[in-house]
Amino acid sequence: MIPEIGQFALILALSLAICQGVLPLIGAHRNDASMMGIARTAATGQLLFVAVAFACLTWAFLSDDFSVLYVANHSQLSLPTVYKISAVWSAHEGSLLMWILILAVWTMAVARYSTGLPEAFAARVIGVLGLLSIGFLLFAILTSNPFDRLVPAAADGADLNPLLQDPGLAIHPPLLYIGYVGFSVAFAFAIAAMLSGDLDRRWAKWTRPWTTLAWLFLTLGIALGSWWAYYELGWGGWWFWDPVENASFMPWLIGTALIHSLAVTERRGLFKSWTLLLAITAFSLSLLGTFLVRSGIIVSVHAFATDPTRGFFILGFLAVVVLGALVLYAWRAPSLDSEAGFGLLSRETFLLLNNVLLVVATALVLMGTLAPLVIELLDGGKISIGPPWFEVAFLVPTLPLVLLLGVGMHTAWRTQNAKSWLAVLRIPAIVALVIGVVLPIMFYGRVSLLLAVGCVMAVWIIATSLMLPLRSLRREKGSAGMTRSQLGMSIAHLGMGLFVLGVTVVSAFSVETDRAMQPGQTLEVAGYEFEMRELRDVQGVNYSAIEAVIEIRDGGGEFVGEVRPQKRQYLVQKNWMTEAGIKATWNKDLFVALGDQLGNGSWSVRIQYKPLIRFIWLGALVMALGGLVTVSDRRYRLEASKASETAPATPESA
Amino acid sequence: MKPRQQRMLAVGLAVLGIAIAAAFTLRAFQDNMMFFVEISDVVAGKHPKQRNFRIGGLVVDGSVERAEGSLDLRFKVTDTACELPVSYTGVLPDLFREGQGVVAHGRLGDDGVFVADKILAKHDENYMAPEVADSLAKHVEGKTASLRQGTNRCNPQ
Repeated sequence: MIPEIGQFALILALSLAICQGVLPLIGAHRNDASMMGIARTAATGQLLFVAVAFACLTWAFLSDDFSVLYVANHSQLSLPTVYKISAVWSAHEGSLLMWILILAVWTMAVARYSTGLPEAFAARVIGVLGLLSIGFLLFAILTSNPFDRLVPAAADGADLNPLLQDPGLAIHPPLLYIGYVGFSVAFAFAIAAMLSGDLDRRWAKWTRPWTTLAWLFLTLGIALGSWWAYYELGWGGWWFWDPVENASFMPWLIGTALIHSLAVTERRGLFKSWTLLLAITAFSLSLLGTFLVRSGIIVSVHAFATDPTRGFFILGFLAVVVLGALVLYAWRAPSLDSEAGFGLLSRETFLLLNNVLLVVATALVLMGTLAPLVIELLDGGKISIGPPWFEVAFLVPTLPLVLLLGVGMHTAWRTQNAKSWLAVLRIPAIVALVIGVVLPIMFYGRVSLLLAVGCVMAVWIIATSLMLPLRSLRREKGSAGMTRSQLGMSIAHLGMGLFVLGVTVVSAFSVETDRAMQPGQTLEVAGYEFEMRELRDVQGVNYSAIEAVIEIRDGGGEFVGEVRPQKRQYLVQKNWMTEAGIKATWNKDLFVALGDQLGNGSWSVRIQYKPLIRFIWLGALVMALGGLVTVSDRRYRLEASKASETAPATPESA
Repeated sequence: MKPRQQRMLAVGLAVLGIAIAAAFTLRAFQDNMMFFVEISDVVAGKHPKQRNFRIGGLVVDGSVERAEGSLDLRFKVTDTACELPVSYTGVLPDLFREGQGVVAHGRLGDDGVFVADKILAKHDENYMAPEVADSLAKHVEGKTASLRQGTNRCNPQ
């Protein structure tokens, strides 16, 4: 009964989405207030029914209703309750439902906090979000119904894939989806602006906080995914340039470009049509990413054949969204003229370079991801593009990007005096050059060209990011401090510096080795002693495991820690799973994973030393924090309270 | 700068960036493309010489040999027509099992043994790498016909 209620709620949500998608847009066109007024009500109703549907599916999981096909395939009686909940979004149908729910929540948030927008504009934004919602709801109802029944019902479920039974992966998809779906808000703002035909600086100001919010969730989602891959399946790697990862990384890169381009549009009224194009692209790439991943298209052309209806629906939907948006763009964008100009040495130039480099980086990732597909279609054989290619190709745009990042932050809008500019940047440049070379020698005993370049870049970004906050701390009493936007920017860039430092040190100084080991034996890796004290059987709730107790001591024999890597066998699916043992401190990870039984009581183990690897995720976390600080800037809320005024945005303060 | 000059600058930079990236990418692609070669083709000598490639198939039942207490491992991979011996040193992925699908990166040694530097078995038991599935399907099709004719389906060099 409950699943049928869920199904019914989904259909009701669809009909409300149709109201929300069609009527406000017509109302805005005819300037009909009553039709525009439907937008918020319909959005509320849609959220309500989608939430009911989601709750019904969750209830089916919690009550072990194995007469629902999706539940029977992805849950099991002895599965811990937490994972019964996270199993809701563990596969295609449920994650699509979650996507729809998150879209409804974003829509609701826009409806609730957009009271300062002109009525017609708000109606258009909510209307466009409604149109998107129609697409996803149709997709769910027609091709991917999570409430399909299984007759006769199964006695027990097939269990959740053991890899997904992990707290990291329980919250990774929601975060990632909040990010992906969040770009649909920027997309809706762009479409609404093109429909109404007036795109001024206020438009950029309204769009900015939503875009930054989406971006920060995507940042967190990607970082969490990387962390999960590291300890759960990666055998110590943190990024694999796998198509699935690239699919989430491309919208992030374009989203980052969009944030910076929006800054120029808001401050100076420039780059208008470019910003629109980025908003369209960011959302299109999110769509492409999430669907290609779930439908398996990107892994191979052949995965298409397994479920043609789903594949064709996706393609059709993508085509409608992308083509529709681009046609509107081609029609409207030429009329968006920017009147202002800027000097060659100005912040505008650096933000332009930022955008070009980020787009080139995205294009490279897209190329590497799609190349195997294209070459196979052209009958060029079956190839794969390995991480080495991505690692080198990606450096080409990103090295200048991080170098210019430090410069751009300290360049004035419009035009910058070259002399004062050099005076300001001289100090951090010297600091970066000295520390960047000395640091690796001091702590790790050697230096190479690429390593030095990486460290210099990292210190350069960190130093230039700290300049504004430091200057603000030392300022005279009474003079204006930093705005939240400036603080947020400094924090986010600082995060970028920490990230670059982490990546550089990890790739230069990691030690990784596979060895044979038996109880009582001690191995020495990277100056640390690993002693296997014991090998024992352990019983979990839904698995049994072999656990090694390994004591780690440093070179001087001091106790550093104890790790307990496990080899688990889950009782239902009978799969073996590796649980790594990690001793983490702020400046290094010591990582031990059990491999296979080698006979005569010994096991293969993989032991790794990963210096500064935590900086990679810490950097991402700090970037997201920076985004949060920016969103909290007062001027976004000030605008809302004096919305009825037609006055242009306040003069730029930074 | 005037808007017109701005646009020219933007377009110029974009074109320059894309040109550099494209040139670079194409060059690097050459070195990093890794071809997938069917086992039968490897046995027939039709594989890239002096460079790495990928193979895939099923791990032959009972073929996994390991010297006690050592990380060195030998096994055979089949596409159901031909078999290829593979050697590997290191930790195996969790889903590596006899009779299951596997993909290996590496190169062919002079002794006809494929020296793998990387072994992949996918996250999911039900998932098989598409190129492996294709290769198996192709050779299984020929199986009944050749059994009837009594011919050996593996034609080495």
